[in-house]
Order: sequence, then C-alpha cells, then structure tokens
Amino acid sequence: MTTASGFQMPKPVLAVEGLTVSFDGFKAVDDLNLYIDRNEVRVVIGPNGAGKTTVLDLICGKTRATGGSIQFNNRELTRMNEYDIVRAGVGRKFQTPSIYDNLSVFENLEMSFPKGRTVFGALFFKRSQQVVDRVNEVAADIFLADLLQQQAGLLSHGQKQWLEIGMLLMQDPELLMLDEPVAGMSVSERAQTADLLNRISQGRSVLVIEHDMEFVKSIAHKVTVLHQGKVLAEGSMESVQKNPKVIEVYLGH
Amino acid sequence: MNALDKLMGGRQGVIGLLILAGLILVVFPLTLDAFRLNMVGKYLTYAFVAVGLVLCWGYGGILSLGQGVFFGLGGYCMAMFLKLEASDPESTKIQSTPGIPDFMDWNQITELPTLWVPFHSFSFTLVAVIAVPVILALVIGAALFKRRVGDVYFSIVTQAIALILTVLIIGQQGLTGGVNGITDLKTLLGWDIRGDGAKLALYFINAVLLLGCILIGKFILASKLGRLLMAMRDKEERVRFSGYDVASFKVFVYCVAAGFSAIGGAMFALQVGFMSPSFVGIVPSIEMVIFAAVGGRMSLLGAVYGSLLVNYGKTYFSESFPELWLYLMGGLFIAVVMYFPNGLAGLWESHGRKWLAGLKREPVPTVVHTPAKPAVVTAAKPDSASVNSSLEIQP
Repeated sequence: MTTASGFQMPKPVLAVEGLTVSFDGFKAVDDLNLYIDRNEVRVVIGPNGAGKTTVLDLICGKTRATGGSIQFNNRELTRMNEYDIVRAGVGRKFQTPSIYDNLSVFENLEMSFPKGRTVFGALFFKRSQQVVDRVNEVAADIFLADLLQQQAGLLSHGQKQWLEIGMLLMQDPELLMLDEPVAGMSVSERAQTADLLNRISQGRSVLVIEHDMEFVKSIAHKVTVLHQGKVLAEGSMESVQKNPKVIEVYLGH
Repeated sequence: MNALDKLMGGRQGVIGLLILAGLILVVFPLTLDAFRLNMVGKYLTYAFVAVGLVLCWGYGGILSLGQGVFFGLGGYCMAMFLKLEASDPESTKIQSTPGIPDFMDWNQITELPTLWVPFHSFSFTLVAVIAVPVILALVIGAALFKRRVGDVYFSIVTQAIALILTVLIIGQQGLTGGVNGITDLKTLLGWDIRGDGAKLALYFINAVLLLGCILIGKFILASKLGRLLMAMRDKEERVRFSGYDVASFKVFVYCVAAGFSAIGGAMFALQVGFMSPSFVGIVPSIEMVIFAAVGGRMSLLGAVYGSLLVNYGKTYFSESFPELWLYLMGGLFIAVVMYFPNGLAGLWESHGRKWLAGLKREPVPTVVHTPAKPAVVTAAKPDSASVNSSLEIQP
C-alpha cells in the first residue's frame, strides 16, 4: 500500500488481469488487462461485438470467466456469488433500463437500500427515517424528487435510466458500472446525466460503456478502446482519437 | 396503528377479511345442515392450498403444479396418527397381528414399520404435519432455484414429483394403504371425530386456521419481502444485482405455500376421515391451481372464494351431470386465462366496486357540487388506487 504522497500511483480499486472468457471456442474477452483508480471515470468504447458488455458481465458475476483474475479491493471476484459481489461494493446498471415497473419510484429506490437483504431481514424490514432520508437525498440527485409516488413504469425512458442509476447510488457502491446510461436520452437529458456522473464519481470509481462521443468527452478521465475482446488503445480522449489503429477500426467509420 | 393498517391493506382490506370471516364463521354454520357444512369444511381445506398458491404463483411467479404433494403429506402425517389410534390391540384383535393398522395385516406385515413408530406421539405428529412437507419443499426449492430452474421447467418438475409420490404411495401398499389410502379414522386423542358435534368443532378450527394463514400471507405481502417478490417477477436480474440472493426468497415463499397446503391436508384428514393418493397426484394439484386462478391469483381472499365456488360447482354438477363436470372445469380454466386473468377478485376490482359506488351515488345526486365529498364522485372510477389519490389531491 502507498501513502497519499501525491506522486506515487495509488493501488487501483479494480485490477482486471489476463481476463478471458470463451463461448464455444469464441473468445469474447481475450487476455484483458484493466486497472481503475479511485475517483476515476473510465469509459470503455469499441465497435459492436468488441466485448464491452461482456466485461461488465464478468466483473459483476453474471458471466463466469474462463481464465484470469478480477481483483476488487484485493478481493477476487471471479469466484464470488453475484449478490456477494454487490455487497462487496460493485453496482451495475443494465443496458436497457431495468426497474420495477409495478412499484413506485420510492419503492424502487428503497429496494436497493442495503438493509434487509436476507429473507427474514426483508420480512421484518422497517421503513426507518434513515431510509426515507436516504431515498429523498438520492431522488434529489437523480432529478426525481417530485415523482417519488409515481409508478415507475409510467416514467419517461430517460427518467427510468436515472432511476436505475439512483438505485445503484442507494447501495453507495465503490465501483459503479453503467452500460450505455444515455441511450435514448434527449440532448438536455444527456447534459444533465453528464453533470450527474461528474457529481457522483466523487469518492468512488465509475466504469461506463458508451457510444455517444460527445457524452464520452464530457465525462471521461480516461478512455479504453476494446476491439475483438482485447484492449486496442487506452489513454485520454484526445490521444485515443488520434490513434491510427482506433481510427481504422472504430472512429473512422 | 399504521402498521396494522398496512397489514390489513387499509379499510378495504379489513372489510374484506371481516366479510369472509363472517361468512365462514357465522353464515355457513347457521344456514347449512351438518352434512353440507362438513362439505364446506372440506372445500376450505383446499383453500389453504389456494392461498399458498397466491403467494408463490401470483406474487412469486412460481407456478407449482404439485401442491397436492404437500397437501397429501400433511394429510398422511395426520392420518397415520389417527390410524394408529384406531388400531389399538383391542379393536384389531381379529387380525393375525393385532395392534397394527388393518391394511398392514392384509399385506402380511407382522410388525409396525419404523416409519410409523413416531406417529404414536401426537406432538410429533403436529410437528411432522408441517415439517415433513416444508423440508421437502426446502430440498426441492433449494435444488431447483439455486440452479435457476424456473418458469415452465419448474412446473414440469413439480408435476413429475406429484406423479412420483403417487406411484410411490400406491406401490408401497403395506406401508401406506396403497390406492385405498388410510381409511377408517375414528378418534383424535380419544375424541370421536365422526359425530356432528366433533365435525362442527373441527370446522371452526379449520376456519380459524385458514384465517390465520391469510393473515400470515397478508403480513408477508405487506413486508418488504412482498415487494421483493413483485420486483423479482418484474426484473429478476435487477434484484439479483441489487445484492439479493433471489433463490432464497423463492425457496422461502415456496416453503410457506407448502406449509399452508400441509395444514389443509391435515385438516382434510380430520374432517373427512381418510387420506388417499387421489389427493396427491397431478389432477388434484392442477385442480388446486384452478381454484386459485378462478378466485384470483393476486388475491388471498379471492383464492378462498375460488375454492368454495369451484368445489361447490364440482359437487353440484357431479351430482347432476357427472360426465359434464371435467369439460366444464376445463372450459372454466380456459375462460379464466383468456377473459379474466385476475379471476373473481379482478372482476370485483373492475366491475363490482363500480357497481357498489353506483348504488351509493344514486340517493345523493347533487353531491357533485359539494367539494366536501369528493370520494363519492371519484369512487365511480374502477380501482381503489385512483380513489385514494384523488382524495389526496382534493384541496
């Protein structure tokens, strides 16, 4: 471990090394290395089929790795249960907004409050003031403070995306993974989301998959380009955009 | 007070529960003769299964087509105790081995099988009635849900288990009484359960237990666990990746449904006086799903009405036109699935309330101009949610 002396590299929150997964011989992710620091917003880009979503699936345990390791705060995630990975501090948003249509916005957020996660915990869960305060706080963050009693299924597409981000914030994760958070959003909603991400990345790490280059520019500290399951390039947005290999496979089209 | 209110589902819920309690605790006992009341008692034992199905199928999304297994196991546990009591050496002295159940004697068994020995104890029996089915449900649930066997595959497995248990019971004639089941049950701790007075008492015990199960169901649905069940039906992955062990919640609700069914089975054995494999297999299990579907799979109270109505129909039609009944039952199920998927409870929500509100409104036609009584104006809307919200919005 290093001290916070400024010039030394702090130990990354997430260290992915040699990660490989093959589906019937097809290597969707191939010997991938990825390191993410605290307070960092990392965006992963790449053409369709590059393995972006698969990387998130591997980190959160939805897909099991064929080889390699995923260290999160020195804990190996590749052998852990999905719910244990979440409890360790990894939150993941899905590509299409994944919310509970039949519950209210309040109940959606409350559902992600990290208490009462066992059968009997849930049976005897009490909606304490602490829960209500936390829900109100997060709802204000995600621009839904006025819609708490609204049935979630009736929200607009963009609001559903925010609600799912809010559900992750309720868990206060150390690593937040977002799969295409601004897909289907209007221009003004995208700007609000960029603002939201910049605010919530304080004190945690954020890993985003996104296609919208304007949006990527507005949030990314560092960009990783994936191609055929491998890292093609990594660095600042400018350096990646100038990289001839990247231009050839992705940006040039 | 607030917690109690939530538990009951507000004033509507309390009224609904009171109406049902009044019906089965007061109206039926006062209006029906002993024979018919005993029959209603039998129907109400199926209602335990239907109430369990509302929890695990309606809310949990787990369609078990083998609830007869749990009903049967609960019933068999109780029947074994009663049979042992009925087989004392004095009344079985004409057998080649006195003191064991008659069917064992017919099967040349000369000693009480080890499996039966603990059922001499009433307290063991009471525990076993619940524990045996719940442990089986725990094993089935853990094996299937942890491996993420769901939907139609789960239903097929539960059906297979119902079939296996039926075959097992019929095959082990010396141990189980085979296809005839366990018959000639006479007394419970020396109390003759065949008389009218005993049947009346058992009817009330049954009714109170059923209301207790409904209250437990209401408590579960009002808790965070109830909302989690709905959330899981909506987006199972989202629940899993919010830090929940989805399988454990499914196992829990499946076990609760199994426990309710088992109580129903035990009360069946007590009230009807026998237990047989014809209440274990696939056909009775599917019938029980139909009771829940007709009553409304999202309504604990609806499930009770569904059980009563379908069984009344079954008795009525099989007395008058026995050959028609199966077709009617099939038609009923198709009609429920196609035209009123939320069953009677759903019909009541969409039409009954409107009709009731219409009755209320007629005597006071000028009420539209008085903002003090907005409830009457808005109550014409079909669902209660909109009534509540419009009440709040009114200045």
